[in-house]
Amino acid sequence: MSEKDLIAKRVARELAPGSLVNLGIGLPSLVAKYVPPGHGVFFQSENGMIGLGAPPPIGLEDPHMTDAGGNFASIVPGAASIDSAMSFGLIRGGHVDVTVLGGLEVDEAGHLANWKVPGKRVPGMGGAMDLVAGAARVIVAMQHCVGGVSKIVPVCTLPLTAQRRIDLIVTELAVIAPTEAGLVLRERAPGVSTEAVIAATAARLIVEGEVPEFACD
Amino acid sequence: MKTALTAAAAAELIPDGASLLIGGFMGVGTPNRILDALVARGARDLTVITNDTARPGQGIGKLIRAGAVARLVTSHIGLNPETQAGMIDGTIAVELVPQGTLIEQIRSGGMGLGGVLTPTGLGTEIEAGRQVIEVEGKRYLLFPPITADFALIGALQADGFGNLTYELTAHNFNPIIALAGRRVIAEAELIVPVGTIPPDAVKTPGVLVDHLLSRAV
Repeated sequence: MSEKDLIAKRVARELAPGSLVNLGIGLPSLVAKYVPPGHGVFFQSENGMIGLGAPPPIGLEDPHMTDAGGNFASIVPGAASIDSAMSFGLIRGGHVDVTVLGGLEVDEAGHLANWKVPGKRVPGMGGAMDLVAGAARVIVAMQHCVGGVSKIVPVCTLPLTAQRRIDLIVTELAVIAPTEAGLVLRERAPGVSTEAVIAATAARLIVEGEVPEFACD
Repeated sequence: MKTALTAAAAAELIPDGASLLIGGFMGVGTPNRILDALVARGARDLTVITNDTARPGQGIGKLIRAGAVARLVTSHIGLNPETQAGMIDGTIAVELVPQGTLIEQIRSGGMGLGGVLTPTGLGTEIEAGRQVIEVEGKRYLLFPPITADFALIGALQADGFGNLTYELTAHNFNPIIALAGRRVIAEAELIVPVGTIPPDAVKTPGVLVDHLLSRAV
């Protein structure tokens, strides 16, 4: 299993039946693959759909039905189409239970930076600032390091997405919970030692007793 | 009954320098025939307020490629390098706004309200220069209402009175911008007889629509 699939599979275990979940573009979108059919999760797509489904068969796409990345999508039974004001009302108003986003940096205060690299990449924040400010629970799904450099840092150097403390970080090495006291190492990936997680992390991690491996069956 | 307007006539109605609210999310729900006619007319110096600029040469990306846009208010340009190049070399003045804030600015403009108080963007760089207002102990950023000279709408169905329907994720900004354009031009994929659209299915009442684009040949 690839690192990204491992992350997606672990994140999927966080999604309670019946919850409304927004998945970001890229790695977070893989999470849908690991939610069992009939689990009762509804995926919200901020371009205007509650109940986003899998990609349709080739040749059977509806040009008016895409995900937030502009890719053709299908819908599940019970889906509802909505306009952008309703879509962001759901997000900002706390009606979206969980949002899963990618990250460029997360710091010891639990702040996320994921929308801009000054001087290099200025794509615009799209819906990210609303999602992080408004969703009931924010999970960052990202690879632990980029080019060997930790993305979990003492203090974010990139522009923040929101001032809100995010709720969980899931990487291919660990599950980490930002708390008032700092970043708590909750779980290790299979076969990864606590020492290896600490060594790969630029931020200080709080380790409370034995850290369990996360299940990944 | 409304009279039908050809795409070329619609483009003549829109002068250089006009401000335009344009529907669409990554090109889905975008009034492409009007945009093609604006490009063919050689429109210049437009202010465009829209969710995103799609991909190069697609949807609103057609106006970008044609050099028709001088000022852009949007939430995401990450999938259109031509917009990013225009922003960097200064040929397009780009203002990036969180998606949920942008749609509410347009909604408040269209609904006669004085602006938006939103928690989105607090503690980020978009707070700079914004008024912070405290209501019942919570802090919010103030964003002014947005209206424009024209709203250009992409719809699924229109009847002769201008009642409009939309399909799936092609709603996006369209039902909202219909309130905020001083003149509203609707481009529908299908023109249907008056009475065909059930009143409960109308998403944009025809009283908001000034001009209907004539049917696609």
